[in-house]
Amino acid sequence: MPETPLSTLQGWGRHSARGRERLGEDLERISGEVHLSRGLGRSYGDASLPPDDQPNVVNTRFADRVLRLDSDTGLVRAEAGLALSELNRLFMPRGYFTPVSPGTKFVTLGGMVAADVHGKNQHRDGDFGDHVTSLKMRVADGRVLECSPGQHPDLFRATIGGMGLTGHILEVEFALHRIPSQWIWQESRRIHDIDQFQDALETAAPDWPYTMGWIDCLARGKAMGRGVLMTGRWAGAEEAPSRPPRQGFRPSLRFDWPAWVLNRFTIRLFNELYYRKQWRPRSSGVVNHESFYYPLDAIRSWNRMYGRRGFTQYQCVLPREAGRGSARRVLEVLTARGGASFLCVIKDFGREGRGVLSFPRPGITLALDIAVRDDTQALVDALNEQVLQEGGRIYLAKDSFTRREHFEAMEKPRLDEFMAIRDRWDPNRRFRSAQSVRLLGD
Amino acid sequence: MKVAILGATKGMGRALARAAAERGDEICILGRNSIDLERSAADLGVRGAGDSVWSVVCDLERPEMFGPAIDAARESLGGLDAMVVTAAIFASQEELESDPDLAERLLRIDFSNTVLFCEAAKKALLREGGGTLCVFSSVAGERGRKPVIIYGAAKAGLSHYLEGLDHKHRAEGLRVITVKPGFVKTSMTAGLEPPPFAGEPDAVARRVLGAIDRGAPVVYAPAPWRLIMAVIRALPRALMRRLNF
Repeated sequence: MPETPLSTLQGWGRHSARGRERLGEDLERISGEVHLSRGLGRSYGDASLPPDDQPNVVNTRFADRVLRLDSDTGLVRAEAGLALSELNRLFMPRGYFTPVSPGTKFVTLGGMVAADVHGKNQHRDGDFGDHVTSLKMRVADGRVLECSPGQHPDLFRATIGGMGLTGHILEVEFALHRIPSQWIWQESRRIHDIDQFQDALETAAPDWPYTMGWIDCLARGKAMGRGVLMTGRWAGAEEAPSRPPRQGFRPSLRFDWPAWVLNRFTIRLFNELYYRKQWRPRSSGVVNHESFYYPLDAIRSWNRMYGRRGFTQYQCVLPREAGRGSARRVLEVLTARGGASFLCVIKDFGREGRGVLSFPRPGITLALDIAVRDDTQALVDALNEQVLQEGGRIYLAKDSFTRREHFEAMEKPRLDEFMAIRDRWDPNRRFRSAQSVRLLGD
Repeated sequence: MKVAILGATKGMGRALARAAAERGDEICILGRNSIDLERSAADLGVRGAGDSVWSVVCDLERPEMFGPAIDAARESLGGLDAMVVTAAIFASQEELESDPDLAERLLRIDFSNTVLFCEAAKKALLREGGGTLCVFSSVAGERGRKPVIIYGAAKAGLSHYLEGLDHKHRAEGLRVITVKPGFVKTSMTAGLEPPPFAGEPDAVARRVLGAIDRGAPVVYAPAPWRLIMAVIRALPRALMRRLNF
């Protein structure tokens, strides 16, 4: 069969590479001779993009069968291309929910493992990988095998958060949580500055299973880091409306916005309005889980808002030891350079992930959406220098600008272990991505 | 509804089987690989079919299997209301021109063997006193077009056969439904650039299930393709010759 021509593959932030996707229902068949998997393309940077010299990549999204559900324990096993949106649609009406959900439901199970995603309950329930009981994989020598905490534990730990560099994830087994309704009891409160935010998240952690904050990152001086803290828990059956939440109309951005639309003024305006919307010091009520978990999923292709050059999300975690003020210091780097983030999210992490390269660790995480401009590289460099000083690290699922030396400095001991496991399972470095070429020198 | 589906492990067949499972139909899936069938059966079970899902091995390349496989499906379902055929192969015109063996295989699977399967299914359904035979043909069979000459010819032949069958047996209670999908984003069309109005398999599945319930003889899916093909059918030959569509 003639090879199909190369096409442009993109991450969610519109970072792109030339490549060729192999699609099919049978992952075991299509994954031979190809050494990277991608799913719905929601990692922001270049993690799911192939390197220049190895353009083929498996796309898992047609491999989406549920293979088993134990209704007593909630243990589910499915093919790696199953989307979280489909999992929610199937199982939420039956009272099950994923143990950990990222901020979008348009991700595959394989991607959730590879990025070891976290959600609003990280402080309590850890990462997605903490709930995975077993993985079926195709490794570099072509073998298809099962790995778990008891079976090939090194491969298992390196695959969780390993960004697809240890092999193809074919099947994922994990435990669903029981939920009393599909509604969330949400409480929001206004926060006046960044230090208060760090305290508020810490205070809320024992009381609320879900917490996160939105920050107005253009506010300077005393008001720096003002924003809204959102906390939530599942609404009990007696509090929740008896009907299931309805899926409303989902508008779509049909074209790329011109780059000038998002400028300092419009971003400031948006942030000001968002902050003023929470005009009461505190408000609460029952909301649809969709608007609580996936507010941005309401607009399809919202990434087009950033225009053709796209955007990057800079997400870092600052360890607890860095203390109060660490988040302020990072925000100061952003504002000092005139960086404007349209959306800025803050959240506390309670524990370290189980993957060798899992992103979370106890501390505070900041996620900044930054439109790509000529000076973005310099801004990310400056942010990374600060994060290094704080002893923190960055999230690979979002990254497309970090330099290798910064990454190595952040990850030194963990990276050695990761590379040693890769040496065992993939000595010839067959599994590579554009990201691994950039950050690991593959 | 007791429905048997040949081709339910992939693409539109998978989507159709899932839509049927979610509304509580009893399903028997037919396909050539028993492991693949088991995995799909498990998926359908979890999605709502529960224990009312069975599988039977049947290969569209082996006509001797057709009769026994259809009987086995009817037996496991305890009756048969509808037989759906989504299985087929696809290859581009260039591939088919450069490889006569592939062309022969495609014509055999997509036309002659599908007709033979329908003959066997027709008999089984008529023995039950009627029912629905729903077969996936294609808009490629509507008009001789440059990019799909051989594939289109197989589908044109199939559409003709199905129409004749419907005329002959409708009075006896056998409803024959010809599904004519336009471009649908499945593994079969992976690698092709989707045209405007390309559809998703789930939407096609819902539309086809509705047609089975109503007994509509011809279904275009997604819906805009009915109009598009009406225009294509009306184009003069001289103009068609100039187009590369």
